[in-house]
Amino acid sequence: MTSGSLSVDALLDKMGTELKALLEQRHIDNPLIVGIRTGGVWIAERLQQQLGFEDPIGILDISFYRDDFTQKGLHPSVQPSQLPGDTEGRHIVLIDDVLMSGRTVRAALNELFDYGRPASVTLVTLLDLQRRELPIQADIVGGTLAIGPNQVVKLSGPEPLELNIRQRT
Amino acid sequence: MFEPQDPNRIQLNSKGQLRHFLTTEGLSRELLTEILDTADSFIDMGAKQIKKVPLLRGRTVVNLFFEASTRTLSTFELAAKRLSADVLNLNISTSSTSKGETLKDTLMTLEAMHSDMFVVRHADSGAAHFIASRVTPDVAVINAGDGRHAHPTQAMLDMLTIRRHKGDFAPLKVAIVGDILHSRVARSQIHALRTLGASEVRVIGPKTLLPRHIEAMGVKVFTDMRSGLQDVDVIMMLRLQKERMNSALLPSESEFYRLYGMTTEKLAYARPDAVVMHPGPINRGVEIESAIADGPRSLILDQVTNGIAVRMAVMSMAMSGQTVERQHPHEQAQ
Amino acid sequence: MNIRITGGRVIDPSQQLDQVTDLYIGAGEIVGIGTAPAGFAAEQTLDANGQVVCPGLVDLCAHVREPGYTHKGSIARETAAAAAGGITTLVTPPTTNPIVDTPAVAQLIQDKARDSGLARVMPMGALTRGLEGEQLSPMHALASSGCIAFSNSRQPIRSSLVLMRCLEYAATHDLLVLFQAQDAELAKGCMHDDSTSTRLGLAGIPEAAETVEVARCLILVEQTGVRAHFGQISCERSARMIMEARARGLSVSADVAVHHLLLSDINVDGFDSHYHVIPPLRSQLDRAGLRQALLADGIQAICSDHQPHDAIAKQAPFAATEPGMSGLETLLSLSLMLVDQDLLELPQLIAKLTCEPAAILGIDAGTLRAGRAADVCIFDPEARWTPTAATTRSGGSNSPFMGTELHGRVTHTLLGGELVYQL
Repeated sequence: MTSGSLSVDALLDKMGTELKALLEQRHIDNPLIVGIRTGGVWIAERLQQQLGFEDPIGILDISFYRDDFTQKGLHPSVQPSQLPGDTEGRHIVLIDDVLMSGRTVRAALNELFDYGRPASVTLVTLLDLQRRELPIQADIVGGTLAIGPNQVVKLSGPEPLELNIRQRT
Repeated sequence: MFEPQDPNRIQLNSKGQLRHFLTTEGLSRELLTEILDTADSFIDMGAKQIKKVPLLRGRTVVNLFFEASTRTLSTFELAAKRLSADVLNLNISTSSTSKGETLKDTLMTLEAMHSDMFVVRHADSGAAHFIASRVTPDVAVINAGDGRHAHPTQAMLDMLTIRRHKGDFAPLKVAIVGDILHSRVARSQIHALRTLGASEVRVIGPKTLLPRHIEAMGVKVFTDMRSGLQDVDVIMMLRLQKERMNSALLPSESEFYRLYGMTTEKLAYARPDAVVMHPGPINRGVEIESAIADGPRSLILDQVTNGIAVRMAVMSMAMSGQTVERQHPHEQAQ
Repeated sequence: MNIRITGGRVIDPSQQLDQVTDLYIGAGEIVGIGTAPAGFAAEQTLDANGQVVCPGLVDLCAHVREPGYTHKGSIARETAAAAAGGITTLVTPPTTNPIVDTPAVAQLIQDKARDSGLARVMPMGALTRGLEGEQLSPMHALASSGCIAFSNSRQPIRSSLVLMRCLEYAATHDLLVLFQAQDAELAKGCMHDDSTSTRLGLAGIPEAAETVEVARCLILVEQTGVRAHFGQISCERSARMIMEARARGLSVSADVAVHHLLLSDINVDGFDSHYHVIPPLRSQLDRAGLRQALLADGIQAICSDHQPHDAIAKQAPFAATEPGMSGLETLLSLSLMLVDQDLLELPQLIAKLTCEPAAILGIDAGTLRAGRAADVCIFDPEARWTPTAATTRSGGSNSPFMGTELHGRVTHTLLGGELVYQL
């Protein structure tokens, strides 16, 4: 694939079904859904509706936890993280749109643990670009995609949710 | 002929991001808003069990206080620690030796220790500018109060407090009351309020405590509280130093309190929902009545909480601006 | 040695001379303009084509820092700087250490200056002992030892009675008194008191710090009849009061430091300590008033107010730095800006730098008249140059003009017929 966009609805359906099965298998009935800003939040909202959970979702902004501060500095539009209630001892479903190096997820895990010690964390991602730099792998993956070194994938949303692949400028 | 260039340009890197924080003067509304937004994010961090982020991990922040101030020092220390920085507090007395030499020697020593940030408090106006112009280029300087010139983090925590209570600055009339002449806080507040778009900024005090041509800073000048507080939404009281009482500036504490002290009676001149602020520590019964300081219209405790978040915001933004500059030194030539 | 200076534009306001001609020097004196005296044989010829030849400049205020402050400057270095600036006579204030209140110190300064042989240095004596404002200095003895004028510098004479006695005593011996007018209490600050000082939070010095003292001095000058001069005034109001006094027939005059004609308080923005001077750089209105007074003869002379400093003196927050800028080498170039700006004609400007200050002091300098000492300045009005710390001859390179390209440069300076500087 060189460039273009694709709808994510089909992927979401598949992910919802798999996530439901996985949670049942692990005997988790009331997980806290947490999305990583921004794309992860949109996915989290959709999965939450699909699975019919009542609790509001949590939002993580990992700007303060990123490991590239020394290279890139602070992200200019930092927003607060919002985690409803106590996370101590909760089962957490952590959702991101695209899993690439694994660094974002590492930062998100660090931030999650600063809120309290969760009982478990299940990682869900829409796309796995299979370019891992850290030993972090998702439990539920919408799809995998191999892109060229000069291509980037970006999720636009929230309505409609679309994946766009374009050449790096 | 020989017109000065924008002297506050030193605060920004080649991309227009904050690299030092010396004064609120000359910074854009966008940048001041970014400080407030970032600070807001840090306030919400209070919900976490571990109230720390790893942003400045491995960085060394030196609190360089040439003028004692336990309160300001401790909020900066706490802010730096919540950003995971290593913190060194230095209280340097300038009384014994020549000021210039002390400052220069201290800077040389600290640079040799590879510090990343200096938080500077000094009794001389311009001390933070001086240090920022002398330090090696990758050290960020935060002004924690210089002489009568500026106290930008105090002003920004006041702005954050106002924004969290009033929302928008545009409709607000704000009065700053007391010793304007000697107040770095007032100067920084005036610049910030004007830039953020407050509809009117007033200063109220006796002529002995009003600096010359203060109206050139874009404020309305009042010498009595009744007309000065009329229709005001926010009242910012200033601290009155005790030593001012023993000079030709004021006849007595009681006369000052009678004319300019914030009492229930005078608060009634302002709008019914007006709030009262004070940078602390308060001289009860000199600047402000206890019932007001501790009452529902007082935001004094909010100011303290917001102070830590604002300091975290400017420390991380300035360190970020230095970092970006280091990555793109070739863009520096302008 | 016989020297012929050929082809230059010779400007000598003391004899209303402005023409391209030759100047002849013999035995250390001017011996002719235009035509050589009979039998004159030049041993050296200086080609001054395209250049201006004028009397050596007379600077009414330059601190040489010796004795006492040789880490900032020295008579050897400051006279070398003077020579490079075309200045052949300079007056030094009594604020050395020890203070010039004994003939020994006055003589020491002159001896050292003679040893260096690069400029004439005329010490001012202290008006009161130790500049303490209480007891008269031995003015007559000091004058006999070469003190050209008497001043309490910027040290206060709080008692008007003491000040009046000082003036009466100076008048007795027809001595010139020089005021650097400043009310000590009102002058507790570090820059002009106005909107810039307010914004920067720097303690302000109101105009009243100068004008109150100028008024007091003028009244006592009128009462005592002393010859008086006001050095380095900074306020338009001061110039006006002095002009009015002159109009009433008082024997008073005034000078201004060249930077007060070019800069104003807004230059302090950014806390650059090079702009820390006393009296402070005033408002743009004051600057305009001073420039006007220069035209209207309210101000007769322009000086450098040269104050060299060691580097550390300027390396501190603004108020903690020492005031003053190094100015001998840039006096002429900066003054020429007034011509560039069409404020003055070149001969008018040269008068303010030569014969007028000489007349204030009552000395035979600042002129190219035949028979006078051959103190000559030759400069190229078109040359551009940039002063730098590395090339500064003075002990202090504390000037905001370092690194700024200036217009007009001295090429030769002659003192008593000796070439003391050549570019």
